[in-house]
Amino acid sequence: MKAIGSKSSVLLVGVEVQDDLILGSKAFSSRLLTGTGKFSSPRFIPQILEASGSQMMTVAVRRVNPDKPEEDMLTHIPAGVTILPNTSGARTAQEAVRIARIAREMGCGDFIKIEVITDMKYLLPDGEETLAATAILAKEGFAVLPYIQPDPVLCRKLEEAGAAAVMPLAAPIGSLRGLRCRDMLEMIIEASRVPVIVDAGIGKSSHAAEAMEMGADAVLVNTAISAAQDPVLMSRAFALAVQAGRFGYLAKAGAERPVAVASSPLTGFLGATRAA
Amino acid sequence: MINLLLNGEKESRLAGSVLDLLTEKRLAPERVVVELNGSIVKRPQWQETILREGDRLEIVCFVGGG
Repeated sequence: MKAIGSKSSVLLVGVEVQDDLILGSKAFSSRLLTGTGKFSSPRFIPQILEASGSQMMTVAVRRVNPDKPEEDMLTHIPAGVTILPNTSGARTAQEAVRIARIAREMGCGDFIKIEVITDMKYLLPDGEETLAATAILAKEGFAVLPYIQPDPVLCRKLEEAGAAAVMPLAAPIGSLRGLRCRDMLEMIIEASRVPVIVDAGIGKSSHAAEAMEMGADAVLVNTAISAAQDPVLMSRAFALAVQAGRFGYLAKAGAERPVAVASSPLTGFLGATRAA
Repeated sequence: MINLLLNGEKESRLAGSVLDLLTEKRLAPERVVVELNGSIVKRPQWQETILREGDRLEIVCFVGGG
């Protein structure tokens, strides 16, 4: 299927190359996915989108509260943004499948972020249940984005089960601790045949840049933006960091060396006299 | 009068359709999904689906989440 959506290109060694993020059947020019949780006011949502250029936003499925109409996130997310509902609250594959089917019925597309959490201290995702839900939902035509621990073996199984991407965590949700699982993320990025979206734990824009420099295809950021004193400016910082990291990855850094290599010529110093 | 379990809470009301209930609750039809006794009721079926004694209803929407 040909991907639809916005196009982005980059000049690489003088040649213009397409550099879209392809998820399911959609192309995205932005590699920054954003979450809508924990904002002090929903009025930030459109501002975050504008400042960050994010084209995909996560939402959760919950019982409607007629007394709090402002909780209805679809009234705040501008048209044209791709909605990524999550299955938060699910503790089993079966519950995740139920939430996913409900989410699709909303009519906002086929994307689903599988989130099955059974560890309530560190909010760690349950790989076994996530894999089972992914297999079922991929067969039903969902574009499945599973949130997982950074386990390269699980990633391969999810790929085989039809996941549209994998979303390994960098550190526990909302911890803002950065790329604590760096080595595992590198292994996943190296081996994965589907896009790798680093999700959870990113705390600062530099963490996002680092993940992108490593070769992650995208990052998903929520708390780092919503908990900032100025969420709008922070979302802009993340947009720039993600782009900087992506360019840094594509440009391919030179090799590290154990010793100094002078940047300026070591000849032609003023006042030097040539030996007889 | 019939008794329902609406989003986990008991509610007594006059018999009517799913659509009647949503209209009464002032819920935007394009931004909610309805599950009746564990099965999704698709939007075109809201008007013809009449609520009965003991029905369990879940009415959900998208809220903020990561």
